[in-house]
Amino acid sequence: MTNANQTSGDGCGAPAGGVPVAAATDTGNQAVVEGHVLRDDAPVSTGYARLLGTGDEFVAEVPLGEDGGFRFFAAPGTWTLRVLVPGGARADRSVSAEYGKVTKVEVTV
Amino acid sequence: MSRSEALVDAEWVEAHAGEPGVVLVEVDEDTSAYDKGHIPNAIRIDWKKDLQDPVRRDFVDRIGFEKLLSARGISNDDTVVLYGGNNNWFAAYAYWYFKLYGHHNVKLLDGGRKKWELESRELTRDVPNRPATAYQASEQDATLRAKRDEVLDAIGKRNLVDVRSPDEFSGRLLAPAHLPQEQAQRGGHIPTARNVPWSKAANEDGTFRSDDELRTLYSDEAGLDFAKDTIAYCRIGERSAHTWFVLHELLEQPNVKNYDGSWTEYGSLVGVPIELGDAR
Repeated sequence: MTNANQTSGDGCGAPAGGVPVAAATDTGNQAVVEGHVLRDDAPVSTGYARLLGTGDEFVAEVPLGEDGGFRFFAAPGTWTLRVLVPGGARADRSVSAEYGKVTKVEVTV
Repeated sequence: MSRSEALVDAEWVEAHAGEPGVVLVEVDEDTSAYDKGHIPNAIRIDWKKDLQDPVRRDFVDRIGFEKLLSARGISNDDTVVLYGGNNNWFAAYAYWYFKLYGHHNVKLLDGGRKKWELESRELTRDVPNRPATAYQASEQDATLRAKRDEVLDAIGKRNLVDVRSPDEFSGRLLAPAHLPQEQAQRGGHIPTARNVPWSKAANEDGTFRSDDELRTLYSDEAGLDFAKDTIAYCRIGERSAHTWFVLHELLEQPNVKNYDGSWTEYGSLVGVPIELGDAR
């Protein structure tokens, strides 16, 4: 099972209320990429995390949660995580995902 | 409809949002976003609780839509400006939905909630009080909505545009990458569909690309024949509403339908043809 209660079930959109990722994720057979965005050691709660594939192809985007958190259910492989926050700041990170594993990414902007 | 009629920018909203006859509506899947702060004078519509039948998989009927808009204080002649998160996916879905029930004056805020937030524009928690109206909706406009039999009949005849990500199109994923991988029984796409992910129509800030860029994207790069009718689909019909908006409202293509049953319906049908693999 996954944390389906943190999404809105049958929608394609953002998890409700952003993604509080403090709790442990039950990954099952999911390839999870999750983490937080911080500025001066404080969570950034206004902003967006994007997951990009080969050639910067858009894959998914979520708003940051109150704790600066984000979470993606990806396919195995290498992805680019891009963070957009007010003021024009952005940060890119290369991340790898695999089934049954939670890949943690902490981003400072 | 054209870009100037269908879209407004943030400056327009800041100047007009409180005027009589203008109703600003936030439509999100993440309905808690509105509670955290919304554009001043905006009301909320919940795409699921307000727009979906609570029992059957279908929209609220005409009477239900009338009750909803009446209760929210929206009149038939109001200018309704929609915006939301997810690069306006659900706002575009609501736009299509308003058109389906015959509301003429609807617009999208270009860039939606994301651009507004990234530009650090004002948000409020104040909820406007709008007196109830007596809204009258039309019957659904069947020229805007495709159902499964029509989709099956369109294979090889019309433009079918699959606006999901390449990994969903190929069958490697069943859902977008920020959701648990579940839903339809089978992965893949409808035979003869072209894969033009919705995201290619949008800039990073959520605004729509220029008309010239969009025409090049669909016609030259994706090979859509604009002389043919078009059906767009995704997984549940909201990303494809975004593409329907581009093709029908911005590029003014006359016969474009949104298949809201989309892959969650098609990928679970018994006996229909499915194609696997990447776009050709």
